[in-house]
Amino acid sequence: MAKTPSAPVAAPAVFERHDLTDRQLREIMRLMMIQRTIGNRGFQLNRQGKIPFAAGSDGHEAVQIGAAMALVHGKDILSPYYRDIGLAIGGGLTTLETLLSLFARSGDLSGGRQFPNHYTKHAADVHSISSIIAAHCPHAVGAAYALVYRKERGRAVLCSFGDGATSEGEWHESVNFAAIHKLPIVFLCQNNGLAISVPLNQQMAQPDIYKRADGYGLPGVLVDGMDPIAVYGVVKTALDRAREGGGPTLIEAKCYRYLSHTTDDDDRTYRTREEIEAHRPEDPVPRFQRALVENNIMSAEELEQLKADVLAEVNDVTDRAEAMEPPPPSELWTHVYEGTHEPWL
Amino acid sequence: MALAAPSTSVMSNLEAVRQTLYDALKNDPRVLIMGEDVGARGNVFLITKGFLEEFGPERIIDTPLAEASIVGVAIGMAMEGLRPIAEIQFADFIYPAFNQIVGEAAKTRYRSNGDYTCPLVIRAPYGGGIRGALSHSVSIEALFYHVPGLKIVAPSFPADIKGLLNAAIDDPDPVLFLEHKKTYRSVKGEVPAGHYTIPIGKAEVKHPGEKLSVVSYGLNVHQAIDAAKQLEVEGISVEVIDLRSIRPMDKTTILKSVCKTHKLLIIHEDNKFGGVGAEISAMVAEEALFELDAPIRRLCGPDVPAMGYAQTLEEEFMISTERMRETMRKMVEF
Repeated sequence: MAKTPSAPVAAPAVFERHDLTDRQLREIMRLMMIQRTIGNRGFQLNRQGKIPFAAGSDGHEAVQIGAAMALVHGKDILSPYYRDIGLAIGGGLTTLETLLSLFARSGDLSGGRQFPNHYTKHAADVHSISSIIAAHCPHAVGAAYALVYRKERGRAVLCSFGDGATSEGEWHESVNFAAIHKLPIVFLCQNNGLAISVPLNQQMAQPDIYKRADGYGLPGVLVDGMDPIAVYGVVKTALDRAREGGGPTLIEAKCYRYLSHTTDDDDRTYRTREEIEAHRPEDPVPRFQRALVENNIMSAEELEQLKADVLAEVNDVTDRAEAMEPPPPSELWTHVYEGTHEPWL
Repeated sequence: MALAAPSTSVMSNLEAVRQTLYDALKNDPRVLIMGEDVGARGNVFLITKGFLEEFGPERIIDTPLAEASIVGVAIGMAMEGLRPIAEIQFADFIYPAFNQIVGEAAKTRYRSNGDYTCPLVIRAPYGGGIRGALSHSVSIEALFYHVPGLKIVAPSFPADIKGLLNAAIDDPDPVLFLEHKKTYRSVKGEVPAGHYTIPIGKAEVKHPGEKLSVVSYGLNVHQAIDAAKQLEVEGISVEVIDLRSIRPMDKTTILKSVCKTHKLLIIHEDNKFGGVGAEISAMVAEEALFELDAPIRRLCGPDVPAMGYAQTLEEEFMISTERMRETMRKMVEF
């Protein structure tokens, strides 16, 4: 069975908040709850027969929102992967846009072409991706090269992926290229211990992905991916270093995937319910809720209000997205090339 | 380093590639070249010799030996507004980059609803007749011309190389630019001075004739012209069309010629099954079947994995000018 490192069950009495204000800490909480709710909404809509497919991200909220808080909007480039609901929202997508992706409506950023969670938003510097694992990593590296080439100091790229991606050749080639050229890029591995069903020990003999950094000649950092502030701290440090010309970093955030890989997967075929329950105490959403209340950043009443607000917002954008039209069939023929196209001229 | 720039000049195919790349680097700061041995070595055919010294290592990037990222990193640069020219040292080495070309570059615009584009040129020297054996001789066009989102050009004359390489660099979508190695130094021709482009997707009649239309590209088009000239002496008139572009392909020029000659022969070095000739045959059958006075014929590379290293095996693979001439003669006499 997949094994992820255990994190502290209880919130620390005093936590390192780095430079985060109370308002920012509450925003992290809000975004984590939005991510959790949208991830679950996808599964609900699928089980209701309203959408053919969804992929959730339960257990990835801390790593994604923590990392997103370290991004500078309007400057940094995000190269996400298909589980990055939270990074996308934290990186500049609206909640409505994530629901439009689930419903494949005409207002979807990909025009209803892409699988759920395969976002694109050039205006927010969120790269377009395919479902081919690690295929986006060289694009993130090329974007980082472009920043250096144009001498755009103060900008960096955040390239996100799961543990499965680190088996791909393109992942290796990307990290290696970035290290050679000391590019302004942060590689963020969300290691949930499973590549769909294949546990870490069948993916790699050496389970600490961050240690590979040594072999490429860049710094490697391990962080508790269930702690958003810890993730924020290491990602911000790495992004700051990258922005200042200090080169790339490989960060491994160990986390846990509570849901099946997607709505088409059944994780009962490869892991026990007991294993999942054993990881419940680490669940980053209730854990961070408790931490904020215990540290008087947020009152219990405010938390209850936030829960209601988040649910209301996701309900609202669900209804709005569902009410929109699918793309007209004629859209199948657009954007193959610039302008109209025919294979025969 | 400074390259001579007279008003018009005779140059080889290789020099045309080199001169056009040089001018692009000189005129557009967004253009950069990346690939294996393109820097200090100046490319294995010396196409980029001296570029590193003149344009610097930021623009002439010697990459690790890793084709997927040569293309993949270039895609990322293109998405961010640069105009990368990625070089695959030999077309045979392009297979590791197949995913990046077919799965990524060709779909960037489409999957993002036009939000991101991929103005990328991938140069790949291809083709045999140079004792390149199994992994330095292949033709790859049929593996890629099936893919919407890609453009493919394969010019064979220096002036066409310049015009189409300029068009490829200007193009807002990914272009696979194929250069037949055997023509690098063996083919020379007049090249106009100054910047110009030739539209991608336009074929050209290189040798006008009346009794048979021959459609070809690459090294074969030069042989086909030689064969047609030999037959001309005998009073047999054959038209030779150089496709120049493989995707999109020029239906208009092919059909115009077929409607004049009423016979069609397609010649390419790539193997026959599922090759470019199959698509042309199908198109002509759909559009102009009743114009034909003879069955369409295809003279193509054999259905074997690749040409062997031994001279006998290579010659058996390659289509000789004599075979072309005799096939043309038979078709005209049909």
